[in-house]
Amino acid sequence: MKLLLKIWRQKNANSKGKMVDYPISGIEGDMSFLEMLDVLNQELIEKGEDPVVFDHDCREGICGSCSLQINGEPHGPDRLITTCQLHMRKFNDGDTIVIEPFRATAFPVIKDLMIDRSAFDRIQQAGGYISVNTSGHTVDANAIPIEKDHADESFNAATCIGCGACVAACKNASAMLFTSAKVSQFALLPQGRVEATERVQNMVRQMDLEGFGNCTNTGACEVECPKGISLENIARMNREYLAATTKG
Amino acid sequence: MGTLDSKVPSGPLAEKWTKHKNDINLVNPANKRNIDIIVVGTGLAGGAAAATLAELGYNVKTFCYQDSPRRAHSIAAQGGINAAKNYQGDGDSPYRLFYDTIKGGDYRSREANVYRLAEESVNIIDQCVAQGVPFAREYGGLLDNRSFGGVLVSRTFYAKGQTGQQLLLGCYAAMNRQINRGKIKPHNRHEMLDLVLVDGKARGIIARDLVTGKIERHSAHAVVLASGGYGNVFYLSTNAMGSNVTAAWRAHRRGAFFANPCFTQIHPTCIPVSGDHQSKLTLMSESLRNDGRIWVPKKKEDAEAIRAGKLKPTQIKEEDRDYYLERRYPAFGNLVPRDVASRAAKERCDAGFGVNKTGEAVYLDFASAIQRYGEEKAYTSGIKDPDPETITKLGEEVVASKYGNLFQMYEKIVDENPYKTPMMIYPAVHYTMGGLWVDYNLQTTIPGCYSAGEANFSDHGANRLGASALMQGLADGYFVLPYTIGDYLANDIRTGPIPTDSEAFDKAEADVRARLERLLNAKGTKSVDYYHKKLGKIMWNKCGMSRNAKELKEAIEEIAALRSEFYENVRVTGSMDELNQELEKAGRVADFLELGELFAKDALQRNESCGGHFREEYQTPEGEALRDDKNFKYVSAWEYKGEPKDAVLHKEDLVFENIELKTRSYK
Amino acid sequence: MSGFASSSIARKVVMALSGLFLVLFLAQHATINLSSVISPETFNKWSHFMGYNAVVQFILQPILIAGVVVHFVMGIALEIKNNRARNIKYVKYRGGANAPWVSRNMIITGLVVLAFLGLHFYDFWVHEMAYKYIEANPEDPTRYHAETVEKFEPFWRTVIYVISFVLLSLHLWHGFASSFQTMGVNNKYSPAIRSFTRLYAIVVPLIFIFIALYHHLNPITHS
Repeated sequence: MKLLLKIWRQKNANSKGKMVDYPISGIEGDMSFLEMLDVLNQELIEKGEDPVVFDHDCREGICGSCSLQINGEPHGPDRLITTCQLHMRKFNDGDTIVIEPFRATAFPVIKDLMIDRSAFDRIQQAGGYISVNTSGHTVDANAIPIEKDHADESFNAATCIGCGACVAACKNASAMLFTSAKVSQFALLPQGRVEATERVQNMVRQMDLEGFGNCTNTGACEVECPKGISLENIARMNREYLAATTKG
Repeated sequence: MGTLDSKVPSGPLAEKWTKHKNDINLVNPANKRNIDIIVVGTGLAGGAAAATLAELGYNVKTFCYQDSPRRAHSIAAQGGINAAKNYQGDGDSPYRLFYDTIKGGDYRSREANVYRLAEESVNIIDQCVAQGVPFAREYGGLLDNRSFGGVLVSRTFYAKGQTGQQLLLGCYAAMNRQINRGKIKPHNRHEMLDLVLVDGKARGIIARDLVTGKIERHSAHAVVLASGGYGNVFYLSTNAMGSNVTAAWRAHRRGAFFANPCFTQIHPTCIPVSGDHQSKLTLMSESLRNDGRIWVPKKKEDAEAIRAGKLKPTQIKEEDRDYYLERRYPAFGNLVPRDVASRAAKERCDAGFGVNKTGEAVYLDFASAIQRYGEEKAYTSGIKDPDPETITKLGEEVVASKYGNLFQMYEKIVDENPYKTPMMIYPAVHYTMGGLWVDYNLQTTIPGCYSAGEANFSDHGANRLGASALMQGLADGYFVLPYTIGDYLANDIRTGPIPTDSEAFDKAEADVRARLERLLNAKGTKSVDYYHKKLGKIMWNKCGMSRNAKELKEAIEEIAALRSEFYENVRVTGSMDELNQELEKAGRVADFLELGELFAKDALQRNESCGGHFREEYQTPEGEALRDDKNFKYVSAWEYKGEPKDAVLHKEDLVFENIELKTRSYK
Repeated sequence: MSGFASSSIARKVVMALSGLFLVLFLAQHATINLSSVISPETFNKWSHFMGYNAVVQFILQPILIAGVVVHFVMGIALEIKNNRARNIKYVKYRGGANAPWVSRNMIITGLVVLAFLGLHFYDFWVHEMAYKYIEANPEDPTRYHAETVEKFEPFWRTVIYVISFVLLSLHLWHGFASSFQTMGVNNKYSPAIRSFTRLYAIVVPLIFIFIALYHHLNPITHS
């Protein structure tokens, strides 16, 4: 199929970017979206032009590197997948595809479609862990029975891949879904309760410092999340936060 | 050839590790503050090592090419992690895990290392649970286990199909705690481009900041390489796009021996290649083989009709299907180990029975599982005389509850409904057992340079069992390396900070710049990917699932020729002083082009078939692997001498004192 | 507490609490107004009570005004912060693909309702204040019904009222349910809560619309 790609090009963090048109042909439905961009890049290199820079790594939907806003939606029109799992059969011959980086003030563009998501790392560094030494000399794993439902819910929250689609989809560029998934993962486990008060306060404080917007409960994040992280996590974080505040 | 000292402690196998820990030197806490350690790679091995080293008090600098340590490719491991916990009471023990690992590796790994791994496996689970890894649980609240290929007990802990992700996030959380304390300085989007030796000791690295392009010097008292495997030498593999051998290869060029490069695991259940545009391959968990039956058409004309799109697999009658694994290996059937299953698939496809338009795929069929589960479910739900539709519906529900996410992933990629039409699978490069040679302390042949996880060669011999990679990465990182490295660093407590303005650093940086400039200045006509794909084709066709002397020799020549063409004719756009993904790739492919040749050379010298290494000349009349313990019971460790063809082979003889060498049989 | 007050979650909680308070007020307001259709006497009685009871006038009314002010000041502050959180906008943004229009445009529905409040205050509250405190007219417990009905005589005002209540309905449609999520309530009762809040978001504004139309169509004939 033939397509017209409109792609955000930006030389580096300090320069101004713009949309550039790239007609492309010979695209097959079996190609993944990133393989389609590979084809474009090979053409650009042959012409001696700079290839389009984008983040990608595992190409199987788990590392969370890929981060493209495709036709106005993070990871494109399909649901519960990342950009690397999106296949070209979802598009039609003659389509125009607009490709932009995930946009948020807290995610500045590094080059072209590549963004800096270190804000997410800093939120996790602020408290996204359980303070246990890695000596291995802890209690036996089965000494802490955990209700299966809680373990499963904790797992569901923990499947977040940190791609940033929630922020990209949110009209406020809010990072509440991400942060709440990280808070919930630990809040649901007895091991994690010990530091629950400080954890939620520190992580929310860092989230605010990074300049993300507020949650207005539009639910866009949940819809666009490639891992289907639930809004329940945001409610849980709100509860945790209020409870932490009353504790002081 | 006696340069390899494995430093395995003396004494009975089960006491070696404890004894060793008691004997080695320690660094006191106050002195640890004066010692810097560089960790390259932040997957399970590197992340775990960084966290523990920082916790012990060392100053740690981590390096990863990804934008966050959490994205290292350990994250993609699906199935689980083995541990000899014996929670199921099925007779498991560290010894059994040790035995299974040695046997699964076809007797090409070091006894003492593997035993230590089995011993530490139990600690891993305790540790991970303590740090909040949400493993699967039973309704009683205790941990659940599943069984995996090639073993007789249920010892695999898992978190659905995302065990690697959960373990890596646990590791990353442990790192974050240390980052927050200031004990780990993370250098993300940085790539190590050379190892710096000062007076023969590893004292730092040259790294490139991938965002700014700046070449940086980083010094330390020791360097840990946990940079993963080199499966991407095949271009197509289940590795991440960025996975590379550069860190390990640079160390190799500086004197670290590279061990068993030809030992590569080819995983039998991956989604087949769909065309030339293919950039990577996706694994479908091995657990699918518990319920799926693997087959190809019995008649060649049927296979041809399927390839031409004239026939659908569901139209082929039961008697016209060849369930070749069940036919060849009645005892293990579809559950034979990975190497055996992969070779059998290749054999059928080479014989012309392959499906998919490329002819390189076999079917993995769930129809009989759906039928079986459906009947069971109907019975337990009290439905009498269920009609076929009800059975199918119930059966599909059961299959969905077990493998739903995998089926969904398959459908997204292939656009076929695997509940209705058999899945197509084909083997793909998945894991490399070979890597940097290390002694019992995980130290390479360069003093002060350590290697952990997939980057080293140590524990899996010629074939790795499922769910053992995660175990090794974490054991190395959390529980082994942080202690053994102390033995070396105990001599460094008075050294003080390592200056980066020394001649050694000057020279190493100049080398790095020269290499990058050479790549940029070739200004040829072909892209880096063009060469990478060509290399991959040579590797896959001549160094892949089955190998022979003639083709290996051809591969050696072809790779050497490709390498010189690459340096003359590659086109790398952009410059060194900016974010330049083409330059990054070029450096990695340049190293793969050297490694590939050594790989073939290693495969050529190993005149036997063992584990993932199958030499066509060495097989039984029935086509099974023929190992040669008399002549090849050794680790081949290669010393760099300029060109790969000049590499010198050193042999570490493997001594089996606790285990009897047997022929693996799955018939 | 200073950390708490400046945190995004705390601000959202303030929005939710003030919103819930206004929702409660709305129910009360609708009930009294509905009486103007059913029984002018009841309406006059209740209105007079509200207008002259000291607790209502000097405690509840300031709280109500404060609630309104807090709700809109905070709403605008959050909107500004949210706008800053994406300094470069998308060239193409398909907000409708993943979230309903109402949830994304609370600022629009909110500002329209706020503008309406201006008119509403001018119509009734300013009038009342002038009547009671500036002109210092004597108490007349029977005047309210006629005054109210008279307001709806002009077609334009009735139209504005109707439009405003449609937008209030949209505002409530998202806001009422959303306040529970902000307060941390998201559990098995949530679907029921959502149904209730949506029913409320339709019924209450409909009552107001009905009243406005009723009075417009049934003017008091001056004899």
